Amino acid sequence: MKRFTWFNATALTLGFAFLYLPMIILVIYSFNASKLVTVWAGFSTKWYGELLNNTQMLDAAWVTIKVAVVSSTLATVLGTMAAYVMVRGGRFMGRTLFSGMIFAPLVMPEVITGLSLFLLFKPVFTQFSAQTIILAHATFSMCYVSVVVSSRLVAFDKSLEEAALDLGCTPFESFRLVTLPIIAPAVISGWLLAFTLSLDDLVIASFTTGPGATTLPMKIWSAVRLGVSPEINALSTIMIAIVTVGVITASISTKRAALRQRAEERAAAG
Amino acid sequence: MRRLFLISVPYLWLLALFLIPFVIVLKISLSDTALAIPPYTPQLDLTTGWEGIKSFFGALDFENFVWLTEDDLYWKAYVSSLQIAVFSTLFALLVGYPIAYAMAQAPEQWRATLMMLIILPFWTSFLIRVYAWMGILSQEGLLNQFLMWLGVINEPLIILNTNKAVYIGIVYTYLPFMILPIYSALEKLDGSLLEAAEDLGCSRFTAFWLVTIPLSKNGIIAGCFLVFIPAIGEFVIPSLLGGSSTLMIGKVLWEEFFANLDWPVAAAVAVVLLLILIIPIILFQRNEQKQREAEQ
Amino acid sequence: MTQTVFAPWEDPNETPLIQFKGVTKRFGTFTAIDNLTQDIYAREFFALLGPSGCGKTTMMRMLAGFETPTKGQILIAGQDMANVPPNERAVNMMFQSYALFPHLSIWENIAFGLKRMKMPKDEMNARVDEMLRLTRLSKFAKRKPHQISGGQRQRVALARSLARAPKLLLLDEPLGALDKKLREETQFELMDIQEKTGTTFVIVTHDQEEAMTVASRVAVMDDGKIMQVSTPDKIYEEPNSVYVADFIGDVNIIEGTAKKTSEDGYDILWHDGQEPFHAKTTRQLSDGQKAFVAIRPEKIGISPEKPEGAMNAVKGKIIDIGYLGNISTYHVELPGGVMIKAQQTNTRRLSRRTFTWEDEVWLSWTLTAGSVLER
Repeated sequence: MKRFTWFNATALTLGFAFLYLPMIILVIYSFNASKLVTVWAGFSTKWYGELLNNTQMLDAAWVTIKVAVVSSTLATVLGTMAAYVMVRGGRFMGRTLFSGMIFAPLVMPEVITGLSLFLLFKPVFTQFSAQTIILAHATFSMCYVSVVVSSRLVAFDKSLEEAALDLGCTPFESFRLVTLPIIAPAVISGWLLAFTLSLDDLVIASFTTGPGATTLPMKIWSAVRLGVSPEINALSTIMIAIVTVGVITASISTKRAALRQRAEERAAAG
Repeated sequence: MRRLFLISVPYLWLLALFLIPFVIVLKISLSDTALAIPPYTPQLDLTTGWEGIKSFFGALDFENFVWLTEDDLYWKAYVSSLQIAVFSTLFALLVGYPIAYAMAQAPEQWRATLMMLIILPFWTSFLIRVYAWMGILSQEGLLNQFLMWLGVINEPLIILNTNKAVYIGIVYTYLPFMILPIYSALEKLDGSLLEAAEDLGCSRFTAFWLVTIPLSKNGIIAGCFLVFIPAIGEFVIPSLLGGSSTLMIGKVLWEEFFANLDWPVAAAVAVVLLLILIIPIILFQRNEQKQREAEQ
Repeated sequence: MTQTVFAPWEDPNETPLIQFKGVTKRFGTFTAIDNLTQDIYAREFFALLGPSGCGKTTMMRMLAGFETPTKGQILIAGQDMANVPPNERAVNMMFQSYALFPHLSIWENIAFGLKRMKMPKDEMNARVDEMLRLTRLSKFAKRKPHQISGGQRQRVALARSLARAPKLLLLDEPLGALDKKLREETQFELMDIQEKTGTTFVIVTHDQEEAMTVASRVAVMDDGKIMQVSTPDKIYEEPNSVYVADFIGDVNIIEGTAKKTSEDGYDILWHDGQEPFHAKTTRQLSDGQKAFVAIRPEKIGISPEKPEGAMNAVKGKIIDIGYLGNISTYHVELPGGVMIKAQQTNTRRLSRRTFTWEDEVWLSWTLTAGSVLER
């Protein structure tokens, strides 16, 4: 049985302190009564109250969620198709270009992606709006989705699809009845990834936004450029809480499922 | 038929929304500003045939690129971006390697939890994580309060709005990218290799140096690229944590575009940034491919 | 002999179920199947045996429709299969990995192919139950594949592929994932099911014992070619080449030159100054031609004195003894350094064993014990 050595324990403690202390401090100071964010003046939830009355902020949150839901759904469909083409598509003309176009957005600086999409949209759309942000977000998140889905597809036993064909499925039926249900967890994580990327994005959204389509990151950006604001601390706390609960629930449930599966397998073998 | 549909939909989407925009960026970087509003000159007029194409290409020039070399703001920004990216990658490696090593050494039942704790910040808003440091690093911020309380310093340190804050911000936000590939390389490492090395006369340290480090090389390389590549074009971190003297190319591009409304120059800045990035990106992809082939 | 032997391949009036006609399959520059022609008959249990990369799996995948021949024709029941996709073939396959759908229960896995046939509900239920009974899986119908053992999974895969009552069932290394004991039991179960259902089975395997046990005919493959097709006993007793002799079981191969002595008798000169080996064969060899004698170790006698009247007897020295419990294998060095393996059943207890290391012994065998081969 391996145990923590003092070196490893120190490395992990310091490392996780570095990763988590800033966020913990942020959360603590969101309950600070003082407007001065560096001075503790007692516990208060007033910044949450102010946040809930800030209609601009709420509007921005609503726009952001709409953009994220639509763009991540679009990205999931496109990304899954792209992954399937990459892993199962065989040879076709321009395959290298295609794989390059899937890989490139992952490493492209956001400022370049944003600028290039702006220059593309400028002559096409008379006015930018939430729709232009959606197009932009779907484009770069589909590449992330395709990476997630294709790593699952690569590990996927190809003989399952062949078995479906062998048992009388058309290629489309085999995808719908066998491939999709099995890769579903990867498709869902792809969607979640695309959703978070869209929620997070400031740069690309700033290039492709138009009147009335201010997203939450843009709102946060304009607020924090001037310095720390307790209201933003409150907003950050809410967002951190949602993500933490989500990630922990997801990881516990996958761990439980894995444990159950292992127990059942052991029972079956014995 | 179905296959054609399956291939063409994502293909055309990426062509239209990824590749064509780059061609446009390239074209505009070679164009002249016509009062900052399209159409830029020259315009391609296909109705005049070959003559039109010739005059179109004839009118494109490298004026914007010449401008980039003449104003030392730009090349200083490129040099400074590279410098910041290189050093923050090194710092991230120094901070990340021990954490990845400790994770790989941790008891089996702990690893999934540790892994989740590394990934968790990645799902949290990037902007918020950078913003969190503003309150810590400012002159009257928590770090200075803490250090003065300890009596280590008498005068508050000036960290926020300097390059130091930018380094901290980059290391902090990209640390998971450094840890994960190194961890996955170290986790695969067979413990008996180290025992064999010690059995053959290595000390603990030489075994680490001669066995562990070379076998985690691919993870180190991947982690470095994953930090270096996005760090070069970073915009949010230098804008929030850096000062007016912090020069990074992402920030310069943003200002050219949003403040000066000079799209052709912004496009030229983007083209040069892309040229700088092409080499590390290709090297990175080679490394990934080599690893994939090695695994098969 | 009143009992009719199942041997449709010897009946010129029988039409084969499967015909390979000059089939070649290339992957890029690699030739997996090289101009292969072979017939397989209805109700046969046909084994494709060979080392990995010999093309046996490719042959099977072409039958299933996952690969198309580069050249040549494949006919099933007289119909050219060139443009028939896998889902429209009356052929089913049992995959090496079993390929059970992990998200479906055992019952749903077996019903999967029947649902595609648009079979009426009650008929389908009856068919699935029948398959579950045939493979003794009725208890596990509601379980998922990961909730049953390896042997049970193997039977689900078999039930699923048999459910559609295919004309032809393909089995790709069906027992490869099972341990030795279970494998032996399952071999007999497979033969039993094959007989009960009357389906034609084509099995791919690299395990020669498995092929010999289950198959009515075995095709030994190498490098995209079929080297020999015959019943298991003929493959073992009358191999047509050194490759087949060596691939199936244990064998001694002695190289020499042939000299005709009678109509079907030959002397094989194997070492200067030694008496040649005598052998009988129907094969015609010319004098001085290179030839090989292949003798199974269990056909070689071992004795302390030269046995009286033995047609072939040669003196050697015991170098090594492999004790396997029921039998012992003696490695005997002949003059000139040729090593021969001879096997003897251990009818006596070990302590009273006759031979030991460095003993000089006589090896002997009959005229027909060895096969004379040209290559």
